[in-house]
Amino acid sequence: MATFKDFRNSVKPNWCPGCGDFSVQAAIQRAAANVGIEPHELAVVAGIGCSGRIAGYINSYGFHGIHGRALPIAQGVKMANRNLNVIASGGDGDGFAIGMAHTVHAIRRNIDITYVVMDNQIYGLTKGQTSPRSAQGFVTKSTPGGAIEPSLKPLEVALSSGATFVAQGFSTDIKELTALIEAGIQHKGFSFINVFSPCVTYNKINTYEWFKEHLTKLSDIEGYDSSNRELAMHTVMDKEGLVTGIIYQDTETKSYQEKVPGYSEQPLADLDMNLTEDQFNELVKEFL
Amino acid sequence: MLHQLSWKVGGQQGEGIESTGEMFSMAMNRLGYHLYGYRHFSSRIKGGHTNNKITVRPTKVRAIADDLDILVAFDQETIEVNYKELTENSIILADAKFNPEKPEDSKAPLYIVPFTEIATELGTSLMKNMVAIGATAALLNLKTPVFQSVVEEIFGRKGEEVVRKNMEAIQKGYDAMSDLLGDRVGEWELAPADGKRRMYMIGNDAVALGALAAGARFMSAYPITPASEIMEYLIAKLPKLGGAVIQTEDEIAAATMAIGANFGGARSFTASAGPGLSLMMEAIGLSGMTEQPLVIVDTQRGGPSTGLPTKQEQSDLMAMLYGTHGEIPKVVIAPSTLEEAFFDTIQAFNIAEELQLPVILMTDLQLSLGKQTTDPFDYSKIEIRRGKIVDDVLEAPENKDYFKRYENTEDGISPRVFPGTENGIHHVTGVEHDETGKPNEAPKNREVQMDKRFRKLEKLNFDTPVYVNAPNEEADVLLVGFNSTRGTIEEVQERLTTEGLKVNHAHVRLLFPFPSQEMAPLVANAKKVIVVENNKTSQLANIMKMNIGGHDKTYSITKYDGTPFLPRELTNKVKELLD
Repeated sequence: MATFKDFRNSVKPNWCPGCGDFSVQAAIQRAAANVGIEPHELAVVAGIGCSGRIAGYINSYGFHGIHGRALPIAQGVKMANRNLNVIASGGDGDGFAIGMAHTVHAIRRNIDITYVVMDNQIYGLTKGQTSPRSAQGFVTKSTPGGAIEPSLKPLEVALSSGATFVAQGFSTDIKELTALIEAGIQHKGFSFINVFSPCVTYNKINTYEWFKEHLTKLSDIEGYDSSNRELAMHTVMDKEGLVTGIIYQDTETKSYQEKVPGYSEQPLADLDMNLTEDQFNELVKEFL
Repeated sequence: MLHQLSWKVGGQQGEGIESTGEMFSMAMNRLGYHLYGYRHFSSRIKGGHTNNKITVRPTKVRAIADDLDILVAFDQETIEVNYKELTENSIILADAKFNPEKPEDSKAPLYIVPFTEIATELGTSLMKNMVAIGATAALLNLKTPVFQSVVEEIFGRKGEEVVRKNMEAIQKGYDAMSDLLGDRVGEWELAPADGKRRMYMIGNDAVALGALAAGARFMSAYPITPASEIMEYLIAKLPKLGGAVIQTEDEIAAATMAIGANFGGARSFTASAGPGLSLMMEAIGLSGMTEQPLVIVDTQRGGPSTGLPTKQEQSDLMAMLYGTHGEIPKVVIAPSTLEEAFFDTIQAFNIAEELQLPVILMTDLQLSLGKQTTDPFDYSKIEIRRGKIVDDVLEAPENKDYFKRYENTEDGISPRVFPGTENGIHHVTGVEHDETGKPNEAPKNREVQMDKRFRKLEKLNFDTPVYVNAPNEEADVLLVGFNSTRGTIEEVQERLTTEGLKVNHAHVRLLFPFPSQEMAPLVANAKKVIVVENNKTSQLANIMKMNIGGHDKTYSITKYDGTPFLPRELTNKVKELLD
């Protein structure tokens, strides 16, 4: 059986030293090994940005796509081969700005893939502009007078979009993050995991220390019940989104694949592509 | 006895105009007639006028008829909008209900038939369409039993009584019309047909059927006129074949999802029209750069922006050839008949996988939605080719090296392996990359990979890039077109040939890479070249000049009012240019 080392490859990440993304990479590698899959059974699809490079840093099939489009690509991969484990990942700009429509609809659609967002509240690769996750008043190159727009609330969006799995982690807590990604992979449906992954170069406000000070672990909240959506929404709003753990999980709702009429149990990629003459004639007959 | 009949039914949208046309066509198809339909279906005038014009012949019909023989009107607007197409040998049948009036300058007589009244007497005014069909049958001297099987097919599920009532409505319409006609009975009788059954379908049906025959088992698409029927057909049929369709949030998702599914190993595609094509530009570049197959169907309609969404145009050509930033190899195919639409769709999937690049299959609104008859497609000609896919068991790589997904092979085509395959792990990226898919910006590597990608086009295997009918070694004129103008140009060629002109015809089916080798001699052997296209800026003519020259003798006939060329109109325009 594969260990987390089998999910490592020889490519050296080009992230800045201290970047939160290293931990996300490690957590994905550990989670994949822990759930017992082999590297060739995993496909990692990523967007564009610092975080997008992750598809090339994990020993698995990797697809580094276009900005904001990791989710549609990942859903296509899964639809073609339902036996694959598919993880989509990218940054907060990728998922909540240019790709926001895909995020909401992927959540609604509930195809059985895992989406890990590396949320650093800043545009790093383009050298420091505001992100939809930047706090109001946050000063960046593109908001010299402070960000005017309020920060987007991905957990609330996910919960109100009909998510069946919502979790949030923090880069320094690899143990918790690994457990969240494991739970996400094992969840039968779309799992949305937002990860606070600090940018040490361009975000001097939302630092490791800042998160440590402000984050609450849901496991520390007495009586928290992740199957209660109303409680989840209330808690997320109450704590201004600064919580970690499994926020909400619905284990009853079936995934998209299980609901599509006639969708083959066998991966589409393995189906015989030819129509038999009888099948063809049957189709032609309708036009005669 | 007529050798061609042109019949039109019109009224308000939602009044059953479409189904009246459908019922009439089905019956004519079953008698073995050839059909060519044209739908006018937007509210050009307040109130939502819609009409369905069907040209019927015992022999092959390739274009919309110039004139109209029979106009069936359910409102005055239908008469006002369409009477100019009528001649002195035509006839208007109008429902008594709206007190129809004949326009002063109408050449055709008006016959008032109580369609609604007869239907209401039989139980429901809904059957007025059946009464109109009966009246049409009387004009054509058709016996009403020819409608029996069609009525049974459409109303059978509702029970015998409904079938009987509808047949009765047809008979009553027939009788009423026969009484009115008096000694004019038989004037519109059509020469008999051969009784052979042909497929009667729209281009979108042919494309959708082609996709199934090609082995496409996944489609991601966003609804749009005039492409939606392709998606709807697959939604109906794919469950039986194990496949699936996802209606995405937009065309960006549609195209990128199809890329993901192709990467995953399933033949996948999307279909759209101009506005969707614009949104797919980044995906087209991604497909080209990552060498993932992608088939996009673009059913052209009137642009730009929302433009004329329900009207004919061929103005996306340049966008298809040159859209997306940077440079990628791609293939653009333009079928011009139903049969070509079917087989070219299969070719599109084969090429996309063989060459690992985006293939755009373009149609236009008239080809996509105009319903036509065609001989059944030949099953034995269906061929699936997937190119270089690694089926063998792969050896474990050293040091977890990636499988060389972008190996710099002689023909530029690298082997593919699908996710899930042991020892085939690799990385694909839209960033410039080396043979293993690792990002690489080195100048030498850039050249190697760019050249490799473009080298693939030399292996393009496309059957019949140009449809040619060139009976003249030295022609007075070469007529050139693409997509749905095919039949009209054929008619024009025939008419001008009877007048003694030497006319050749080339219909371009492969737009990119441009078939210069096939086109150059045709251009060289013609005194004049006239390029016929439904756009403002002579896009095809410019493509031709760019690729094969002939600037001094190339002329354009363009039309961008949203309607297709009619044979007489085009004949006259060609003549003007030849004078």
